[in-house]
Amino acid sequence: MDKTQNNKAWFLVLPVLVLVAFSAVIPLMTVVNYAFNDTFGNNQFFWAGLEWFDEMIHSSRLHEALGRQILFSAIILAIEVPLGIFVALNMPKKGFWSSFVLVVMSLPLLIPFNVVGTIWQIFGRTDIGLLGHTLAALGIDYNYTADVLDAWITVVVMDVWHWTSLVALLCYAGLQSIPQAYYQAAKIDQASRWAVFRYIELPKMSGVLLIAVLLRFMDSFMIYTEPFVVTGGGPGNATTFLSIDLVKMAVGQFDLGPAAAFSLMYFLVILLVSWVFYTVMTNMDRSASDIPEEL
Amino acid sequence: MAQITLKNLAHSYYPNPQSEQDYALKEMDHVWLDGGAYALLGSSGCGKTTLLNIISGLLRPSHGRVLFNDRDVTDAATAERNIAQVFQFPVVYDTMSVRDNLAFPLRNRGMDAAYIKARVDQIAQMIGMESMLQRKAQGLTADAKQKISLGRGMVREDVNAILFDEPLTVIDPHMKWELRTQLKQLHREFGHTMIYVTHDQTEALTFADKVVVMYDGRVVQMGTPEELFETPAHTFVGYFIGSPGMNFLDADVQGNRALLPGGESVDLGAEYAPASGKVQIGIRPEHAVLTDGAGLPLTINRIEDAGRHRILRGEVMGSPLNIVLPEGQPVGENARVAFTPAKINVYADDWRVAPLGRAA
Repeated sequence: MDKTQNNKAWFLVLPVLVLVAFSAVIPLMTVVNYAFNDTFGNNQFFWAGLEWFDEMIHSSRLHEALGRQILFSAIILAIEVPLGIFVALNMPKKGFWSSFVLVVMSLPLLIPFNVVGTIWQIFGRTDIGLLGHTLAALGIDYNYTADVLDAWITVVVMDVWHWTSLVALLCYAGLQSIPQAYYQAAKIDQASRWAVFRYIELPKMSGVLLIAVLLRFMDSFMIYTEPFVVTGGGPGNATTFLSIDLVKMAVGQFDLGPAAAFSLMYFLVILLVSWVFYTVMTNMDRSASDIPEEL
Repeated sequence: MAQITLKNLAHSYYPNPQSEQDYALKEMDHVWLDGGAYALLGSSGCGKTTLLNIISGLLRPSHGRVLFNDRDVTDAATAERNIAQVFQFPVVYDTMSVRDNLAFPLRNRGMDAAYIKARVDQIAQMIGMESMLQRKAQGLTADAKQKISLGRGMVREDVNAILFDEPLTVIDPHMKWELRTQLKQLHREFGHTMIYVTHDQTEALTFADKVVVMYDGRVVQMGTPEELFETPAHTFVGYFIGSPGMNFLDADVQGNRALLPGGESVDLGAEYAPASGKVQIGIRPEHAVLTDGAGLPLTINRIEDAGRHRILRGEVMGSPLNIVLPEGQPVGENARVAFTPAKINVYADDWRVAPLGRAA
């Protein structure tokens, strides 16, 4: 087939390119500039080469923040994914209650991040917060501003409260797409509840589940607002995750060079992980699309 | 294996059915004999699948009882009824191998491993999938998947009945014949009660000993293919079975003659009691004969060549009439049509009226 080649069409993309250049490319290049230079103000730059990267790669502060970050993401994934699946399995399938539950489930997702932080910050306070006060009244020594474990529990529970709905809603959508005949066949085959989950529901949910895991991993890996509002990264540095540390370094200490090198590496890590997820996902899609979908 | 009895069975999807319109299944009383091969035939939406799901226990009927032999199973769960069912679209467990798919119903019932292996091999041979047993079910063609579904339906030997819900819809025509023949052979071999839902009359007539024709939530006739052809109990059976379907002419039946609107009359070959309501006579296109002199005046619209025979589309007294012409029969200018008296059926308000002194 002969297609008309007209490269003038590229001019139509130009406005977008300009916009993206202003909003993303130029700011990113500024960061790159800071990462490879040292400055003492006055807009004077001195070439620093890979010095900042070298410093950051060997910085124990960054290692610790990365360790906390990985631990945090692992914990919330380990809780939110199974819990989300469990909730989705138990949600009503149709009728009034199904809509009702859907709305209630969406509520946490609609609340601005810093409001979520504020809610939990107050909720956990022992003097005026419902949770903190109740725990204190029960004789439990709970204080998220002073105790490392309490701070972690609070931040993790807050994230679970905030984001499990997302996993549940995605899984629910996956479950709803399973034709009734599968459940009927399973009944006829006398499959146990576990077998129905293992061989029907889980395989059919695997696509959305992967998206859920990807989204939750990326979001949790970049988390900033909620823990910053609740604990401010404390006590000590106990809940200082990568983003919080980065902001401290860049805006608090004004160490622009190291912070720039840090953010570039942070960016590359997220890019790398996203690429891995993307590759896995498209491979799964490909093997799934080999089958002509018959329903 | 079991004889299935439907006692005053009816079903409505509404919680409080008011009129007959609200019922997906109208009240019925039927006995499905043990070891019979039945086909449930009807157009889409006539209640075939509803009836099937009631028998398999996936749906609880709103009225009446279901009995397996003497046991009332109306409230029994599907698993308890020990039924196999094959659905319209292939249901396979994607993450399992073909072998595991076939073994699944047996494993769930805690059968012995050696027995399972032998049985699965036997079924795999029957559906022609021995070479694929180790493959994952995911990625197979729809044909292959449906064969697995069929195999899973037949893998248990002790089932009370095997139900098929239009199982060959997704299979290509060549394979359809083969599978249907295998099902038939399987039926002869093991003698399971089989109920086969379809809207394809060829499928129904070739598979079943007895065909159950459903129309608008009602079983209108249960009979052998021959009975359905010769004496359709309802006008729907008349035109649903056969190609083309039965011809119907409005008539006034008096004794052994039917008076047609144009003043002509037809010999019925038997005495009939006076009928009321909408009275029609029905004649198969195969039993209408072209003549040169006797019979009714015929207007010929067109003649279609169907290969082994030709179909004449025409009109008699303003009503459409189809005639199947034997090969090579010439069609004259002033041809008239005559009906074989013994093959004429009389219908009052769509239901067949039996002649006096001759049982249905």
